[in-house]
Amino acid sequence: MKSASRRRLRDVFLSAGAVMTVLVGASAHAQERETIKIGYAVSKTGANAGGAGITTIPNYQLWINDVKEAGGLELPDGSKLPIEVIEYDDRSSAEEVVRAVERLATQDEVDFILPPWGTGFNLAVAPLFDRFGYPQLAVSSVTDKAPEFVERWPRSYWMLGGGEDYTDALATLLAEQRDAGTINGKIAMASVADGFGIDLVTAARASFEEAGFETVYDKTYPVGTSDFSPIVNEAATTDADTFVAFSYPPDTFALTQQAQVSSYNPKVLYLGVGVGFPVYGEDKPNAEGVMSLGGIAPDNESNMAYRKRHKELTGQGPDYWGSVITYASLQMLQEAIKRVGLDRDKVSEELSNGTFETVLGETKLEDNQLRTLWWTGQWQDGVFVGVAPQGRSGASKVKLPKAAWQAQ
Amino acid sequence: MLMTALIAGLVLGGTYALVAMGLTLQYGIARIMNLAYGETMITAAFAAFILQSALGLNPIADLLLIVPGGFLLSWAIYALMMRPLVTRSRDRGALEIDSILATFGLLFVIQGVLLVIFGANYMSYSYLNVPVSILGANVAANRLLALVLALAIGVTLYLLMTRTRWGTTIRAVAVAPQSAPLVGIDVNRTARFAFALGGALAAAGGVVISMYQTFTATSGVVFTMKALIVVIMGGVGNLLGALSAGLILGMVETFVATYVDPGLTLAATYGIFLALLLWRPQGLFGKAAR
Repeated sequence: MKSASRRRLRDVFLSAGAVMTVLVGASAHAQERETIKIGYAVSKTGANAGGAGITTIPNYQLWINDVKEAGGLELPDGSKLPIEVIEYDDRSSAEEVVRAVERLATQDEVDFILPPWGTGFNLAVAPLFDRFGYPQLAVSSVTDKAPEFVERWPRSYWMLGGGEDYTDALATLLAEQRDAGTINGKIAMASVADGFGIDLVTAARASFEEAGFETVYDKTYPVGTSDFSPIVNEAATTDADTFVAFSYPPDTFALTQQAQVSSYNPKVLYLGVGVGFPVYGEDKPNAEGVMSLGGIAPDNESNMAYRKRHKELTGQGPDYWGSVITYASLQMLQEAIKRVGLDRDKVSEELSNGTFETVLGETKLEDNQLRTLWWTGQWQDGVFVGVAPQGRSGASKVKLPKAAWQAQ
Repeated sequence: MLMTALIAGLVLGGTYALVAMGLTLQYGIARIMNLAYGETMITAAFAAFILQSALGLNPIADLLLIVPGGFLLSWAIYALMMRPLVTRSRDRGALEIDSILATFGLLFVIQGVLLVIFGANYMSYSYLNVPVSILGANVAANRLLALVLALAIGVTLYLLMTRTRWGTTIRAVAVAPQSAPLVGIDVNRTARFAFALGGALAAAGGVVISMYQTFTATSGVVFTMKALIVVIMGGVGNLLGALSAGLILGMVETFVATYVDPGLTLAATYGIFLALLLWRPQGLFGKAAR
């Protein structure tokens, strides 16, 4: 009896002490801020790790390193505060990313949260970012519904365009080539039966039809397909001059190899995610002429300097699509904090309305979306250059028909 | 078209068979359901990638290094990790459950080590990606190599198993691990050897696959799943079963993709798997009794 009541007494003291510590800690925190907490949850393992590992994680590392070297994040009064980083692995699970973001907001009480990788994951956490008042710079999400999302979650920013943007640009480019007599009006198409593939192929069917193209082959394949000989051989028997595949990286590499083996060299070869990886085309003569989403302007010096630094620091080159935009979004956040401080509402407002100097050049969002993007790119002499929209400064001219496969 | 599909199917099936034969040895003879099997393959694939890109070694020459490496690694895993499980398990069922749990843990350990060393990026290099014409159908030389290797290993091991004293010993352990010691067979040593041999085959599969398939540190699970399907279809512990089940699976996938729809390949795979389990739960070549 006695010992039990004593234990209870001890428990009461202990918990009271714990409460005191928290209170004292909190007040000290409010009075004198020593660090800025940045948190993020990203897929370091699991199915999404390959994508996050090239577009998102290295850029977060690069930026954190840059901020640390600069002595911290600058505030409007010119003082600098070091950053404290909290990182979680969402293990490529949507439940896990939601839990981690909630934890960052409620338990770790971070000042800013960087977004996860992927369209689905960004949509999954968008309500949380909104509820807790964090700006969400969603980069690695391709969605046509961005205007709707901006209305629903006013602090969300969508920086990689929508499926229609890419397929409309491709259809326009192909229509010009058809009218010039370079290619015929037939297209063979394959797509992965998963988020990215479904969104893009749905948009593409409409875009191609509108541009007056006839789709002679249009098949989907399951995620994880490793053998593409049936698809490539079937496509080769059609008389289409254009082969389009909305594929994931392993599929993109496998399709490329299979096309070489089957000696299938369509005049236009447009493949999905993975074409923009450095490993796909840098020093690979066979990538010459292959097209995909994204691209860069080779005459953009700040971008080229960024690419060099990225490679030096992380040991790998950035991809030619989302990487530079991820880094630019972080620069925007950094600059917004410098202009208006740590108030998240003010930072959000600044992100919506401000003009920023980033590695992309002068960057300004329209209705919370980045609209100056390269919709179509093509490998030319070892660089994946932007070829659409043609009107944008720095655009390269598309070279069609695609070069012949070279013997390896 | 028919010929092209047939050859392409056989070549794809060769990959499946190559992957599955090691697992059937480990599961059928050493009685270890190795969930970390795919990770062994991926480790070998990374090793081939490193040797190829850093040292410029020919991936086929790599086999000479990596296959013995896989053997030693699996030998060590069995000696250190599996042996205590085997000693304490009372029957086959208990060992299966213990080994599933233990290798499930091992899967994450290997994956974690690979992630730390190589990161989560896609790895890809291509070797022997040149067309070879067989009866008018163009197939990639590297995939053909997988088929040839699968056939060679399958037939050689089958002959060794059925024609030599050593093979009889192994089969005795597979069929009656309790009774084998009665005729002077060292069950522990034989099981360890079979497990290590399975690891060597996994390594061979990993090297060959790395020549044409993009892989990441976390893609081992996919191979374990495919291998498991092939092993169960072919009959646990049966090499020829794994070989023919692999080839059948490859042909079905290719025919469905060519003549029906590429979207239905997975459905077809699991469809025949299901049908086979209903019709012959012990697998194509399996014996009904244990």
